[in-house]
Amino acid sequence: MPDTYDLVVLGSGPGGYVAAIRAAQLGLKTAIVERERLGGICLNWGCIPTKALLRTSEIYHYITHADAYGLSVEKPSFDLAKVVDRSRKVAGQLNAGVKGLMKKNKITVVEGVGTLAGKGKLSVKQGDQTVELQARDIIIATGARARDLPFAKADGQRIWTYRDAMVPKEMPSKLLVIGSGAIGVEFASFYNDMGADVTIVEMLDRILPVEDAEVSDFMAKALTKQGIKLLTKASIEKLETTAGGVNAALKTADGKTETAEYSHVIVAIGIVPNTENIGLEELGVQTEKGHIKTDGFGRTGVEGVWAIGDVTGAPWLAHKASHEGVIAAEAIAQARGNKDVHPHPMNKANIPGCTYSRPQVASVGLTEAKAKEAGYALKVGKFPFIGNGKAIALGEAEGFIKTVFDAKTGELLGAHMVGAEVTELIQGYVVARTMETTEAELMETVFAHPTLSEMMHESVLSAYGRALHF
Amino acid sequence: MPIELKMPALSPTMEEGTLAKWLVKEGDSVKSGDLLAEIETDKATMEFEAVDEGTVAKIMVPEGTDGVKVGAVIALIAGEGEDASAAASAPAPTATPAPTGSTAPAVEEKGYGASPKDDPKPGSTDLDSATGSNTARPASAPTASSGTAGDRVKASPLARRIAADKGIELGGVQGSGPGGRIVKADIENAKADAAPAPASAPAEKAGAAAGQAAPTPATPAGGVAPTTETKAVWYDDSIPHEEEKLSNIRKTIARRLTESKQTVPHIYLTVDVRLDALLKLRGDLNKGLTSRGVKLSVNDLLIKALAVALEATPKCNVTFTGDKLIKYGRADISVAVSTPTGLITPIIRDAANISVSKISTQMKELAGRAKDGKLKPEEYQGGTASLSNMGMFGITQFDAVINPPQGMILAVGAGEQRPAVIDGALGVATVMSATGSFDHRAIDGADGAELMKLFKELVESPLGMVA
Repeated sequence: MPDTYDLVVLGSGPGGYVAAIRAAQLGLKTAIVERERLGGICLNWGCIPTKALLRTSEIYHYITHADAYGLSVEKPSFDLAKVVDRSRKVAGQLNAGVKGLMKKNKITVVEGVGTLAGKGKLSVKQGDQTVELQARDIIIATGARARDLPFAKADGQRIWTYRDAMVPKEMPSKLLVIGSGAIGVEFASFYNDMGADVTIVEMLDRILPVEDAEVSDFMAKALTKQGIKLLTKASIEKLETTAGGVNAALKTADGKTETAEYSHVIVAIGIVPNTENIGLEELGVQTEKGHIKTDGFGRTGVEGVWAIGDVTGAPWLAHKASHEGVIAAEAIAQARGNKDVHPHPMNKANIPGCTYSRPQVASVGLTEAKAKEAGYALKVGKFPFIGNGKAIALGEAEGFIKTVFDAKTGELLGAHMVGAEVTELIQGYVVARTMETTEAELMETVFAHPTLSEMMHESVLSAYGRALHF
Repeated sequence: MPIELKMPALSPTMEEGTLAKWLVKEGDSVKSGDLLAEIETDKATMEFEAVDEGTVAKIMVPEGTDGVKVGAVIALIAGEGEDASAAASAPAPTATPAPTGSTAPAVEEKGYGASPKDDPKPGSTDLDSATGSNTARPASAPTASSGTAGDRVKASPLARRIAADKGIELGGVQGSGPGGRIVKADIENAKADAAPAPASAPAEKAGAAAGQAAPTPATPAGGVAPTTETKAVWYDDSIPHEEEKLSNIRKTIARRLTESKQTVPHIYLTVDVRLDALLKLRGDLNKGLTSRGVKLSVNDLLIKALAVALEATPKCNVTFTGDKLIKYGRADISVAVSTPTGLITPIIRDAANISVSKISTQMKELAGRAKDGKLKPEEYQGGTASLSNMGMFGITQFDAVINPPQGMILAVGAGEQRPAVIDGALGVATVMSATGSFDHRAIDGADGAELMKLFKELVESPLGMVA
């Protein structure tokens, strides 16, 4: 007799475990299946441990530039093993935290590899044994993994994925980062600040190509100034592991093929959803380019089967997964007769994106170019960090905050930021967008002084020709 | 267990009302039939009678409370032998609004009024179904509810601004956001359906402008700063004045007349009618009716004339619903009556086929109760056409506003002696001007003219209508 639940969640990343908690809060008897570690990539091998590493490189940067603050530090240095160990401990602490949350919410954790085994059924392989679970609803939250180059698989020695790059045994002397999305740029920033010679290759014409063009331009200049080499409109043709490193052949913007030797390579060219071998085809769950197709509530079209997070497509972000998890859990509870929950479908236009490099990048909504493309008449505001007292006091006077408004309605269509701490600032605009405030409410808001947040106010004022401090 | 006294649905479509006055206080014992409270709906004040026996343990909703939802618990009655104070301290039951549709079944009676979906709901001035806003509800939001709660409309600033620009009334829009909040998408979806309200757009704009930090020249010093919460109309605050809260009747009048003038293209047709024959007939009839205590007024005869004319001109006895024309098989005449709280239109049903004396007695009785605010909803809701007579105020001629969903209204002026050509010679006749306002979407000018001609003939040769 299989164990019977109201809901079984397959995968315990930030989508899955949050969905399980919300479901449990709503009184659903819930189990969660995980093949590795609770918390998934995000807190074991992604968001959190990289933030721990980037904190180290940031502090290291300040120490090596202590003079600028009137401090003197003799010959700063670091112990890579300790740096990595701190990052692992942070991940470990959060992993234990998720365990605690599962216990608190009375969610059954089933370790093993889960596979859909027919309607409302899930088999979990635990070594030689198989556990059968039964549930009215199943949420697939299996996430995604790093995409490999077709001609050179990551070997963990010289050619790294994010996962290898997070636990280096030695510092790369000369690092090639393939791909300039958030992950590529974050690792480039970390290793560059730690003293490596870093090159980023990007196929498109600018780095961080999903960001506003002005942000990409600014980041290109800032990273170049820090000593990172940027090769845009360039692609890798061949990677060859040699005795002392990796030989890379790349086609440059002008069509020439150049080769160069690197000690290490990080492949950060995107992700592949984990949709194989979990029994999707048998149940008739539809996929598109490998991603499970869902509606705004996580329904797959197959009764009782839901999907959330990376496995359902872009943006591949933990907070998107978590929010989808909450929506799906509430939609399930509602479908089972709970009248107190009122889930709203995911609005992807209100999902912020953050890159925790130095400087940081954060954005929400439409870029200026995309807004123009969509046919809006725009009012664009921009305020530079150099006009902000707090930024100057922090010694972080580089960066800007850009806001894009619909000239007709005053809707905040998008906000784009680069500079210190902008990953914390963006949330103000996300709230504004979610609540559908117009420029009027943002202008009327009192911002504390002195804060970096004041720039958010100034940027809005600037869009209407009323910036006060620039 | 104390008995929960709930806000009654005093009409089939009532959704909320004002608890105007408590007629009992806590501790009073009541028995079946006792008057408990006066409930004000959009048109009338009605008395609420006790059904059960007991003691008023606790009054949950104080008098003067607006927007009390039908089904909300308004008081607790302790049953016989129950301790009233214990009942009062019992956990307050949650006021659960009755879902529309279950306790408020839509009236589908054919023959008067439009079909329910086209008929503006009288229960609430805010929850206006006349705009067909249900179709504006996005299917993706599974629990959309109205963005209105009492007088407050929950809407995002962006939704407010777009609505103001487009001239969409927020009250008619269904909100899909958290707690029924109206968001941008709702306004965009509503565009196609919602009745435009161009007149209110500038006022909304003024409100939105005041919300900005920008100086607003439209708001001079000393003026009342409009809020974005309500449609702001600027007025000179420096002139001595007093503020009066709008009654539900006033709100309904404002809403319906605005809706009529903005959505119904009116055509006005005026005829001069000689009254001499009718006045004579009235005199003769009244002589014969004295014993029965009936005294016909000119208006009673005009009600009859209009009803007979409508039956003979069915093209004018209609409701235009947008996608179809409802042709009524009976003429129910709504007669405008002025009351201390505002205009109300009690109905003389099937006026073409009842005797003039019956019209007269009905009218006296209805008008009397209308003035006391005691009409029942079914006595003033419906009607196929209206009659408004301002002759007694000395008005010689005027154009009335159609009372939707009706297709026409007749405005009657004072009968007065005017020079007239009588049998080829100049003489003096008693003449009144009557103007019909017709919904030109449904009624062509020629058809309206036919009705007016017939009305004139009936009044001038009145035996035709009493026969």
